[in-house]
Amino acid sequence: MSFSIKKNAEVVVVDVEGQLIVGNRQELKQKVLDELEKGEKKFLIDFSQTGYIDSSGLGVLVSLSKKIREQGGELRLANLNDDLQTLFELTKLDTLFQISDTRERALESF
Amino acid sequence: MAESRVAFDLQIPSDVEYIEGVVELARQRCRELKLSPTKCSLNVPVALSEALSNAILRGNDKTGGKEVRVRAIITDTDLVFEIVDEGPGFDLDECEQDCTTAENLSKEEGRGLFLMRRLMDRVESFREGGNVVRLTLHRE
Repeated sequence: MSFSIKKNAEVVVVDVEGQLIVGNRQELKQKVLDELEKGEKKFLIDFSQTGYIDSSGLGVLVSLSKKIREQGGELRLANLNDDLQTLFELTKLDTLFQISDTRERALESF
Repeated sequence: MAESRVAFDLQIPSDVEYIEGVVELARQRCRELKLSPTKCSLNVPVALSEALSNAILRGNDKTGGKEVRVRAIITDTDLVFEIVDEGPGFDLDECEQDCTTAENLSKEEGRGLFLMRRLMDRVESFREGGNVVRLTLHRE
């Protein structure tokens, strides 16, 4: 499991490879916060290579969303597979995040 | 419980780094049992991950030197996981909150037990040689 960060124009794109769970959520949080501290405002987290997410992982996304908004930025999510979509619907987090079905659409939405 | 067999019985150190390995083993058993793809890739991984992290972080209170036991039991109708920690136990009903209310939706925590209950057919907690959380998922 790992996180890779790339810059696409003004958007910081984070790929979550593997699981986003209690054991690695802090790593994702720190990587995004580091970019936020550098002045980045637009963030996209892409889940096309993600297995499953536990409640700690969901919690980190909620926390990052708040911190990014506090700095005047935006967080978007993309490429949730059917299982992840179900998870977001069960927890109603699909109402809290702007979610796109492809990376391209997410990038266009900023 | 109907006729049953133990699919695995593990004793792991109380450290969240061990969760993913246990979950992967459980997923393999799910595939061998030909459970639905959603049960293999969503219900079991997330619910088991939640139960293990509760046992490690809350039950054993992140204390080094403690262990968590996790057993998978297969019956004719169910797949059952028993997660045992060394903590004092807790009342499931008292701990669960509805994380989908407007008030709770933007909170960082409070979704673990909610997810276990939504993704499993039954979640029980009792004391038997430690604090046991039992997750039951119907195979069909």
